[in-house]
Amino acid sequence: MIKAIQRLDHYLESFTAFEKTAAGQGLPWLRQLRRNAFARFCEVGFPTAHDEDWRFTNVSAIAQTPFLLGGNNRARPLQLELEPYQVPGFACQLVFLNGRFAPELSSLGKLPVWLEVSSLADQIVRNPGVIEPHLGQYVDIRRDAFCALNTAFVEDGAYIHIRRSAAAEEPIYLLFVSTANDTPTMGHPRNLIWAEENSQVTVVEDYVSLGGGTAFTNAVTELVAGDHAVVSHYMVEREHVHSYSVSTLRIQQGRGANIASHSILTGGALVRNNVHPVLAGEGGECLINGLFIGNGRQHLDNYMLVEHRSPHCASRQFYNGILDGHAHGVFHGRIVVHKDAQKTDAKQTNRNLLLSDDAQIDTKPQLEIHADDVKCTHGATIGQIEEDALFYLRSRGIDELSARRLLLLAFASECLDRMKPGPARTHVEALINRNLLQMGDSAPDLAQDLSSSEVERNWSEIG
Amino acid sequence: MSLLEIKNLHVTVDHHEILKGIDLTVDRGEVHAVMGPNGSGKSTLAQVLARRETYQVTRGEVSYNGKDLLAMKAEEAACEGLFMAFQYPVEIPGISNAYLLRSALNAIRKYRGLEEMDAMDFLPMLREKLKLLDMDEKLMSRSVNESFSGGEKKRNEILQMAILEPKLAILDETDSGLDIDALKTVAQGVNATRNPERGIILVTHYQRLLNYIVPDRVHVLVDGRIMRSGGPELALELEEKGYSSMEAEARSTASV
Ligand SMILES: Nc1ncnc2c1ncn2[C@@H]1O[C@H](COP(=O)(O)OP(=O)(O)O)[C@@H](O)[C@H]1O
Ligand SMILES: [Mg+2]
Repeated sequence: MIKAIQRLDHYLESFTAFEKTAAGQGLPWLRQLRRNAFARFCEVGFPTAHDEDWRFTNVSAIAQTPFLLGGNNRARPLQLELEPYQVPGFACQLVFLNGRFAPELSSLGKLPVWLEVSSLADQIVRNPGVIEPHLGQYVDIRRDAFCALNTAFVEDGAYIHIRRSAAAEEPIYLLFVSTANDTPTMGHPRNLIWAEENSQVTVVEDYVSLGGGTAFTNAVTELVAGDHAVVSHYMVEREHVHSYSVSTLRIQQGRGANIASHSILTGGALVRNNVHPVLAGEGGECLINGLFIGNGRQHLDNYMLVEHRSPHCASRQFYNGILDGHAHGVFHGRIVVHKDAQKTDAKQTNRNLLLSDDAQIDTKPQLEIHADDVKCTHGATIGQIEEDALFYLRSRGIDELSARRLLLLAFASECLDRMKPGPARTHVEALINRNLLQMGDSAPDLAQDLSSSEVERNWSEIG
Repeated sequence: MSLLEIKNLHVTVDHHEILKGIDLTVDRGEVHAVMGPNGSGKSTLAQVLARRETYQVTRGEVSYNGKDLLAMKAEEAACEGLFMAFQYPVEIPGISNAYLLRSALNAIRKYRGLEEMDAMDFLPMLREKLKLLDMDEKLMSRSVNESFSGGEKKRNEILQMAILEPKLAILDETDSGLDIDALKTVAQGVNATRNPERGIILVTHYQRLLNYIVPDRVHVLVDGRIMRSGGPELALELEEKGYSSMEAEARSTASV
């Protein structure tokens, strides 16, 4: 009954049509992967608030909308419309429309032999044997209905492969454009990043929208980092306010691998950002860094699942949230330390600024520790712009609005400072600055603020 | 026209009257010391003049440079040349000292219709002032007051003053917690900014600072009122006798 409400019938139609023509439809393993995933999705349907992992986020808006897979191809954007999204300093730029690679809009440049960048669909057709050992091997379709749904529709996205001991100096830029107009449109981009032993690469996934219609982007990235690989991954969600965005970054880390995941969420109506690293090899390190900035009625949900499976690994989670208007933020930080993962060092910090009385944050640490010799710390703060700091700046001649913005930038810079200098950081820094320049002016009346006891609880530890 | 004229100023915080009728006039070129026991309202006076909105003025008026100070916002007062050095300078992670200084200077210049100062002109000026206050240039790239020692914070306030070149400077216990060398450096910084156009109000609990910055007038603030005013000798008298007799006097006035 619930499933009928969720329009699973609509997904069945889409899936049946998709399966017939999808790239690699003749590959038994791929067909099986898709079918198993679709069966799993039908079995569980979209999550509800009864699901502990979805307590704070209601996805019924996604469940109840009939989305057209891949969108209307006649409404393809022109090169010109994508010009604002050109960023300097990158090795190549791949553009995806509703999850499908658009070669005519992409610039692959000339890449060295040790770096392979292409569409996943292209790999499925030309080199299925290379991706078979990885594709779908890491995300857990049983745990997450959205991953199941993505895997059912797995076909296109980015494929990045960097060879052993190679280091790509310039980052790789992936632009995901949702182009919905009158018809609600969905895309299920699937990315596979395979960094072999001792290699180094930086990848940026940037999610934007053209056209004003309702779009649903359900992305999955599997990042496989070999021993001692060093990978920086950026995810930028800046779609418009009629967008639903669910993304999952599943990181598989080898021995001594050093991974940084940076998530910047500024757009979307309903956003769920899953980051799930598994520290599978000894001595691995993972930085999970994020900034979410919400306004209006945006709902921005960050779900972290950090799994320590080997000894001597370190994970650091830092998420900062800035919420204005009626925005609702969620930070759910789950750390699982498996039995053999002795000497684990796991840290988690979530700091939030609420700029209006109606903004809301739910922050929830969840530690499951099955080893005995570990160090795990977590903390969360919820506060407002500090009146002390604001007055200090104003007393030096800086007007109130500028002072507020400066303090927001300072708060955001905690996240920026954790990114290595380079084109990727420069890109997100500019986005964040632009975004924050539009904020800070709807702050509650200060005098009123002070009379409540909230201010005294500024930055009180709540975790 | 005096630089600052405070008339019958009453100030309330949280329905609690803290300043109970202050009269004070400061002329250009003068240094006034405001002394008094802890909790007497010295910082309240300083913060009200710097236009902190959390303090409510219930009566009285303040004219600054011929304008109604109480009608100004904090940033306007600053742009009009009023500067307060905080008793407890605020730490602001994520904003560098250099950035704050240049933003402040340029905000004020813009208000006065002057061109913004670029880094090329700003840096030599900053270096010169840093030298005056014996401060390390490295502090400038650090966040505002973050992990500064007590002395560094106070010097940083004076550095800001030296760069912003105010018409009226109010220094709230800039001397407290400083060792004698730091005190001398700070006093030297203040003395260097003394000129016939500038008024200075030194808020202090102890007389020691006044050995290095000799005031024209000394006022003793007790329980929200100025109990006595006099020349520099009043500070010495206080040093000897303490505030207790005046506090007793204040209590008896209050009970009348
Ligand atoms: N923000 C405030 N809220 C409540 N009471 C305050 C506040 N600021 C000052 N006071 C009270 O006002 C009185 C004067 O304080 P203050 O001006 O800081 O004195 P001083 O600087 O002379 O030590 C004290 O009793 C203090 O407790
Ligand atoms: Mg004080």
